[in-house]
Amino acid sequence: MAKIYSKKSVADSNMKPKKETISFLLNYSKALSYLKVSGLKVEVIAN
Amino acid sequence: MTNVQIPDALLVKNYIAGDEKSLGTLITRHQSRIYNFIFSKINDRDVCDDVFQDTFIKVIKTLKSNSYNEEGKFLPWVMRIAHNLVIDHFRKNKKMPMLRETEEFSIFSIMSDDVPNIEKQMITLQIENDLQKLIQELPEDQKQVLIMRMYQDLSFKEISEQTGVSINTALGRMRYALLNLRKVIDKNKIMLAN
Repeated sequence: MAKIYSKKSVADSNMKPKKETISFLLNYSKALSYLKVSGLKVEVIAN
Repeated sequence: MTNVQIPDALLVKNYIAGDEKSLGTLITRHQSRIYNFIFSKINDRDVCDDVFQDTFIKVIKTLKSNSYNEEGKFLPWVMRIAHNLVIDHFRKNKKMPMLRETEEFSIFSIMSDDVPNIEKQMITLQIENDLQKLIQELPEDQKQVLIMRMYQDLSFKEISEQTGVSINTALGRMRYALLNLRKVIDKNKIMLAN
């Protein structure tokens, strides 16, 4: 019988990033803001 | 009740206007497609999470700094960022490959310490001592040339000047010194290998 040599994809189509990654991104987004200082955009991260 | 999905473009607009929840909605909506795209290229969950995170950090920075060009669609734009970061990852990895220890592969099989271990140091010392004893057994003129050449690193010209013989004679003495050493080594079955 013919063998199927093609490798089955390891990826599960429902894979998602870790909850911590999402939580980090949302917190990062809340903390990040841009200030305009004499025509320049300055990145500010609120602690 | 009909569940009307807010379009990406509106969520992006709301997010830029300060609605943080819109980002959550966008991430939830597209996380699977983006994550699976990255995983299909990288095949390592930890690295995949890092690339996913870097992708959205770039998205957040671009949107918050008002640098987002609304002409394109949101998902293809994020996918392009992810794609570029995957390429960056492979470029970096090529310069400094990351290896993980598995059952079949041990990191110590490719890592080695250049410094010889105690056993090797002792063997080398022993060989050097044995060789010096053998050299002492050589005829005086041969021994002199061999020591000057091998231990004092003199050229045959310098040896001929210092010993008062021609270069050819010095070369001949060196040749006989080596032949005699080999003979003694073979005769006594001495192992001089490390």
